[in-house]
Amino acid sequence: MHAEQQTIQDQASDEPLLEIQNLAVSFMVHGSEIPAVKDVSFTIPKGKTVAIVGESGSGKSVTSQAILGILPSNGRISNGSIQYHCKPKNKPAQTVDIATLAPTSHEMRDLRGDEISIIFQEPMVSLSPVHTLLDQIGEALKLHKQVSKSDVRDAVLSMLEKTGFPDPEKALNQYPFELSGGLRQRAMISMALICQPALLIADEPTTALDVTVQAQILQLIKSLQAEFGMSVLLITHDLGVVANMADEVVVMFHGEVVERGPIEALFNNPQHPYLKALFAAIPTFDMADNARLTSLRPVELDSHFLQQQRKPWSQQEREHAPHLSIQQLGKDYYTRHGSWHGSNSVTHAVRDFNLDIQVGESFGLVGESGCGKTTLSKMLMRAISPTHGNIVYNDRGTSRHLLELDDPSLRDFRQKMQFVFQDPFSSLSPRMTVLDILCEPFIIHGIGDSAFHKQRAKELMALVGLDARFLNRYPHSFSGGQRQRISIARALALQPDLLILDEPVSALDVSVQAQILNLLKDLQRDLNLTYLFISHNLAVVDYIADRIGVMCRGQLVEIAPRHSLFQNPQHPYTHALLAAIPYPELERPLDYSQLDRRHMEPTHWPRPYRLSEDDAGILKEVGEQHFVREATQ
Amino acid sequence: MLKYLLKRFLVMIPTLVVISALVFIIIQLPPGDYLESHIAELESQGESIDPQKIEFLRHEYGLDKPFWEQYLVWITGFVQGDLGYSFEYNLPVAEVIGDKMWLTIIVSFFTILVTWLIAFPIGMYSATHPYSWSDYSLTLVGFLGLATPNFLLALVMLYLANRYFGTSIGGLMDPEFMDQDWSWAKVKSVLEHLWIPVLVIGTSGTAGMIRRLRANLMDELRKPYVVTGRAKGLGETRLLVKYPLRLSMNFFIADIGSLLPSIISGAEVVAVVLSLPTTGPILLAALQSQDMYLAGSFLMFLAALTVVGVLVSDILLAMLDPRIRLQGGAQR
Repeated sequence: MHAEQQTIQDQASDEPLLEIQNLAVSFMVHGSEIPAVKDVSFTIPKGKTVAIVGESGSGKSVTSQAILGILPSNGRISNGSIQYHCKPKNKPAQTVDIATLAPTSHEMRDLRGDEISIIFQEPMVSLSPVHTLLDQIGEALKLHKQVSKSDVRDAVLSMLEKTGFPDPEKALNQYPFELSGGLRQRAMISMALICQPALLIADEPTTALDVTVQAQILQLIKSLQAEFGMSVLLITHDLGVVANMADEVVVMFHGEVVERGPIEALFNNPQHPYLKALFAAIPTFDMADNARLTSLRPVELDSHFLQQQRKPWSQQEREHAPHLSIQQLGKDYYTRHGSWHGSNSVTHAVRDFNLDIQVGESFGLVGESGCGKTTLSKMLMRAISPTHGNIVYNDRGTSRHLLELDDPSLRDFRQKMQFVFQDPFSSLSPRMTVLDILCEPFIIHGIGDSAFHKQRAKELMALVGLDARFLNRYPHSFSGGQRQRISIARALALQPDLLILDEPVSALDVSVQAQILNLLKDLQRDLNLTYLFISHNLAVVDYIADRIGVMCRGQLVEIAPRHSLFQNPQHPYTHALLAAIPYPELERPLDYSQLDRRHMEPTHWPRPYRLSEDDAGILKEVGEQHFVREATQ
Repeated sequence: MLKYLLKRFLVMIPTLVVISALVFIIIQLPPGDYLESHIAELESQGESIDPQKIEFLRHEYGLDKPFWEQYLVWITGFVQGDLGYSFEYNLPVAEVIGDKMWLTIIVSFFTILVTWLIAFPIGMYSATHPYSWSDYSLTLVGFLGLATPNFLLALVMLYLANRYFGTSIGGLMDPEFMDQDWSWAKVKSVLEHLWIPVLVIGTSGTAGMIRRLRANLMDELRKPYVVTGRAKGLGETRLLVKYPLRLSMNFFIADIGSLLPSIISGAEVVAVVLSLPTTGPILLAALQSQDMYLAGSFLMFLAALTVVGVLVSDILLAMLDPRIRLQGGAQR
């Protein structure tokens, strides 16, 4: 009788597992209560995926913490209910209101990790570095089920197998720092699923991962969801991920649900202005050349001060040489094995790198983490010295060999070429006001007096669309997008001709990303800047760059003007990258069959692209300005 | 790992040789030798000495030999377990230090034990209840302990005990046991006297330990893996002990290196004030009177213990923290 009921329940798929009604969460900050989530209601049906979409600070993570009862100690549920319908597998069917349970109570602890579990964005910091995977993954099982030690081991082993560890037996005794980012997230998923929970909360599970790894993790979550029949609450700001995963979508904005419903309805017919704006803010590949992203909060920039001060390049200066010419650049790292003597092994962080960037061009460099793109940018800035090669810079008609500059002339040269960092939170000193930050370049190079500094700081603020009244504030009082604008302003203070932008938008929300990308585009147009734009996001690079280089294992494998790269990609690695990008369109789901890890291995590429340790290959011209790396043999 | 240990042991040898040479040089640095300071002392008391006797003594003690020869005699004896002869006490160094070493080790051991027993619960409580009234009051007490000089505390204790309890708390045992063999009564007497120096010496250490534990633990408590553990359904106490406490232990283990030498020395000033029969005051006196074999042996002991202590903490760190064990080129 009971079993019969259960099958009927399982088939009734729209039966709710979790019902949130009028949920409100507030935080005590400096003695006053600040609401983070106001009046949120939605339902998670059994076996389905619900996605919460929203920008940072919209309350989506707080909602998930409330469901698990792991709100920070200064937060509390001030209103509403979270009705959880226990799965009848372990206990008699019953409904509990999580909102009324004390977070440290036994009932709540029994739910956490057993019935409801969570995976976080950053697997490295979310796992303990000093406990083995067996210990950490098996812990929840030991807590919630009466099982013997060998059973725990077996369960963890089969879980690691399911989550796709290449060598589960070995992984049992490994520590998180010994694993790659993708494997760490797989370990995190194993940990969350070891008790076969009814609800998995995935809080930005792929945001910190490369696109190809992201696609694999998404596929894994999907297949495990089908196997265990669990519900998933997916929290993300990436509509592409949503399109591939969700059955229902909840859109949050400023702590409130502004729109919710089945995914088809929301994607085909978005109603709320925020959701519409979100769709308009995502760069896509089929954009026209002069199409602009619509930013949620457009910035008005005023560049006429700087335009007046800049001397345009003359025709002769332009034609003298490429703006930046990288020749045969390479960086090798030697790893020592053993401590006394023994063989050294060489890692080519950057290998045989040749690239010319023209004056006024915007060159995009794409690659996954570990491909050497940051090593390259550091060599260009002379933060690390290359093993071999040459960098020649066209300084308005004179060629300068960067690697041969001595310290004083390098210092002078730094004015020509500036750098914008990825993380605006750590690249601005928290102890300096914006005014100090913007004046520092002038002070370092001994330019002007303090009145001049102040005037220039005001102009720079106007240049990035910030109010000059903010000059006396400290970085912490700005949002991520504003901080990135400040660091762009700082980079432009000395009027450089070339900017290296290392992942300038990857730490930002989609809506803010559009704002920064538009700003960068406008600045380039108004000030005739040359960009080297480094990113892992092909769509972003496509929006900002004229020409794109794809980098893998320290080498450029394909260089092409943006149109030919996307319309006619040649290299298998470029194909793999393109295939792994989730589109925010329901008609273009990810093709998981393309996600073969072998596309990342130069030794597994099909001929004629296959490279070996001895064969670095050469770039072959296959179309107009379109180069692909092929083997020499 | 075994290779690493072997390497560390081999590196210790030249380190100790260099230290021994330095120690010997530093002891010899002040002008003159033990005999000269001894003569000066006697002359200031109005006594005169036969220069022939001086010459005889100087020859007898080997003080007329060249510097390096003196060093060689001392170091070869040291390695063979002969610590040399103390001029001041007219006894072999081993006998001078002997009994006192044990008492010092007892005092230090209990001090360290008490420090840990008090500091750990308080530090853990402070870190888990930060910015609460209880945290603030414990912090205040901690700062007081940290800021009060130990010798002052010792003087205050001496005064209070004498004034209100009418007992002398100096020394480590009642006077009648001083030169007796160990007996139950003596042990009891030692334990009765022990708590005052332990408390006095331990205060600043305890306060410092509380502050460091609190700071380290609070850093760790903010880390996301704590939330992960909570999300698994771990209880708060077990969560605290298994994850953040374990990860905040590194500073504590690293401390052991400096702990070992402080077991046989340290707290000299307090020992003088409380007239404890520990090794601290002996070292002080030996350095003042240029009693070179006594001072030299002592300093060598400290150096050896420091080197061993650092090795022990390095090994413990590697055992406790796989990041140290497995990163940096080491292979499984």
